[in-house]
Amino acid sequence: MLALIAAHLVVAGLLPLVSARSTRAAFGVAAVLPAAALLWALAGAGPALAGGIDETTAWSPALGLELSFRLDALALAMIVLVSGIGAVILAYCIGYFRPAAPEATRSAAWLLAFAGAMLGLVLADDLLTLYVFWEITSIASFLLVGQGGERKEERRAAVQALFVTVFGGLAMLLGFVLLGEAAGTYRISEILADPPRGGAVTAALLLILLGAFTKSAQLPFHPWLPAAMVAPTPVSAYLHAASMVKAGVYLVARLSPAFADLAVWTVPVLVAGVATMLVGGWRALSATDLKRLLAFGTVSQLGFLMVLFGAGGRVAAMAGIAMLLAHGMFKATLFLIVGAVDHATGTRDVRELSGVGRALPGLAVAAALAAASMAGLPPLIGFVGKEAAFEAFLHGSVENWAVAAGLLLGSVLTVAYSARFLWGAFARKPGRDATSAHGLGPALTVPIWLCAVAGPVLGIATPIVDAEASSYAAALPGDPGYHLALWHGFGLPLLFSAVAVAGGLALHAARDRLAPAAGLSPLDAQRAYEKTLSGIARLAVGVTGRLQVGSLPSYLSTIMVMFVLLPGVAAVLAGAWPTSAPLYHDLIQVPLAIVVVISALAVTRTRRRFTAVLLVGVIGYGVGGLFIVDGAPDLALAQFLVETLSLVAFVFVLRRLPPHFTETRPSRRVRVPKAMLGAVAGFAVAVFALVLSAARSEPATTSAELARLTPEAGATNVISAILVDFRALDTVGEIGVLFVAAAGVASLVLATRYDRQRRAVPAEDGEGPPRQEEDVLG
Amino acid sequence: MTINLVMAATVGVLYGTGFTLLLSRSLMRVLIGVVVLGHGTNLLLQLAGGPPGRAPILGAVAPEEFTDALPQALALTAIVITFALTTFLLALGYRSFVLVGHDEVQDDVEDRRISRQKTPSAGLDDGDGDGDGEATP
Repeated sequence: MLALIAAHLVVAGLLPLVSARSTRAAFGVAAVLPAAALLWALAGAGPALAGGIDETTAWSPALGLELSFRLDALALAMIVLVSGIGAVILAYCIGYFRPAAPEATRSAAWLLAFAGAMLGLVLADDLLTLYVFWEITSIASFLLVGQGGERKEERRAAVQALFVTVFGGLAMLLGFVLLGEAAGTYRISEILADPPRGGAVTAALLLILLGAFTKSAQLPFHPWLPAAMVAPTPVSAYLHAASMVKAGVYLVARLSPAFADLAVWTVPVLVAGVATMLVGGWRALSATDLKRLLAFGTVSQLGFLMVLFGAGGRVAAMAGIAMLLAHGMFKATLFLIVGAVDHATGTRDVRELSGVGRALPGLAVAAALAAASMAGLPPLIGFVGKEAAFEAFLHGSVENWAVAAGLLLGSVLTVAYSARFLWGAFARKPGRDATSAHGLGPALTVPIWLCAVAGPVLGIATPIVDAEASSYAAALPGDPGYHLALWHGFGLPLLFSAVAVAGGLALHAARDRLAPAAGLSPLDAQRAYEKTLSGIARLAVGVTGRLQVGSLPSYLSTIMVMFVLLPGVAAVLAGAWPTSAPLYHDLIQVPLAIVVVISALAVTRTRRRFTAVLLVGVIGYGVGGLFIVDGAPDLALAQFLVETLSLVAFVFVLRRLPPHFTETRPSRRVRVPKAMLGAVAGFAVAVFALVLSAARSEPATTSAELARLTPEAGATNVISAILVDFRALDTVGEIGVLFVAAAGVASLVLATRYDRQRRAVPAEDGEGPPRQEEDVLG
Repeated sequence: MTINLVMAATVGVLYGTGFTLLLSRSLMRVLIGVVVLGHGTNLLLQLAGGPPGRAPILGAVAPEEFTDALPQALALTAIVITFALTTFLLALGYRSFVLVGHDEVQDDVEDRRISRQKTPSAGLDDGDGDGDGEATP
């Protein structure tokens, strides 16, 4: 299975080489792989339905990551859509795209890559593998919707599709991780066999449902799907009708056997599903663009599928499989027909098309077949699915009856927009001349018919679908005697189907009064999306503006405040306080400390640079004196030398600078808080010094050990032995630092000298140095 | 093994002075703040070794009376590095003074402009990418 998926991706990568010569050939080549995948899956149908075929490739065993795949009944049903319809649509592309069009070159490769990713998604038996393929399909959708990005609406739609689905995808990843950790495994089949329970699982399921809802365009995330209709029609047919948008439904179907007994799973799915079915169907009634009409129809049907798979009953799940197959077939057919109508007439607007049915009768018959399946007329597969759906909910609790009522209403709307589609695309409208249409070649019509006849064929071959559906639904509770069939005798389901058809036709008859009402929508999810986006952008500007103020003192203050608040408070609360801290260890420490402290306080007050530097020198020498008291003559020596050198360097620079600090003296309101903050942070350091040194209970053992080793290094001074022997490499690094600093200093000083020489020569070029610099350089 | 109170207070004052100077806008004061902080840190490193003792030089006294040599070696390295840093910052401040004419730490102009901005300059949703980030004053 891995090889098959990889082959899709590799060939997709090589496809641009073919399309450079002929885009038609590229689509031809691309169609071969999905066809092969379909044949492979059908060949394995026997064992797949009997239990499933597993394949696992270790990827990173140390991390417990593996690529595991599994072909079972549900995967098989999805492959029929992904690969079967994929092959047909790629073949359709040969006739659809103008040769050598840039979007054709791009689409061929991406459609095939998408087919591979989608195949991986439905075969994956590992949550993380599934997630990776899930996001690849989102990216493929982004690129296929956005195309070249020349048009604003393409960019907008592509970005919206990406934002919404990836937002859900990331939530889903979080859910996967929670679920995987709770179950102790990321293998889907193992999770299904022994589903975990608990608070973490509840959160995980809600997050996973978020991913499923965004991907399958459930309320309130649905607007991206109609917006994505700017894509070329084959792309819409494949990604946004037959396969990708089913990924969310697929995920719900995959996990339902394990979690459908939990209210946290079923309630959101049923509520969102029924609401989506109704809103999608309602909005489809006002659409004038045939593709948008179908897109809202897809939204509606996805809600229907969610309900069927999320309910967790055997009959509902069987209905779900039948509807899944049926929807893929009829919706792909209808999209391809819209593409053909668009191709033949140059428009797909309901208000402009008229009398196309007479010009293209074959197309009209195919459309009627598909629309009849969508409306749920016998003997098509759509009817079988809808019968089973009503059967599943027409008994038991009040909730079931409520769902059934919702489904009935949704079905009425479905029939109405099916009729609207046929009427809009093919009917002759009064007072409007027939649209001129040219004939269509077999490259377009043959794929359409392939999909269109699937409706009646699967309807008559219901036992095959039944075997498939039974295998999937075996794990679910419910009437084990139920089978999908065209005829179940007279009963409530048949009555519901009849009511749906009659009601739908009545709605269609009243279309003139209805369409304006359907166009009104008090809660516009698209506006909500736009508001959210602009809100996020405003929030980002606000947060950036407040945090990144561009002032060094405020950044440093933030760091100091955090230092005092977090580690400071922790030290006070949890630190080991010294039991007996002596005032001093050596009496000489006291006068030296007083000198250091007074100089330090004076530094903050002085306004003359030279005074400040001299005071810093006093501090340095004082600290050196404390080193001597501590028994560290080497340290003191280094300190005195460095202090002296620093003073010399300072004097060299101060010679060139004004005697006073140039900054405008800040007001008290600024100065006092700064000093307070510094004082508090300094106090925190003193507390740290006490608390941390008190934490030490044993004397250091290093000294004795180092003293023992020092003679072996040929030294008598332990410090020098450490520096030039034990830590010799560090010392080399330190010398390196000095060299780098010296180079930096030299370049900065020499740059100034170079400037002065250059300025001195062409003095009359009218571009004299700034006044200030003149003063500085003397 | 505790640091004595006088030394803890000295370290605290050195740090407090360093922090306060670091917060000022004059580059020279900031530099002096860094130097004072360096002194405080070196002192703290040395004090962490324990109470005063004899210099760790063989032959003079028994090794048991030595102060801990390891923090001393580390502090010695730190002193030298502080010196390198000081001179480099000094040269940097000098160069800045030569070029700009003062040694004040200025606010980042671009950041200031963002913080004055109330709305995003280029909308995400139109995807135009032609927003020039110009703020309305």
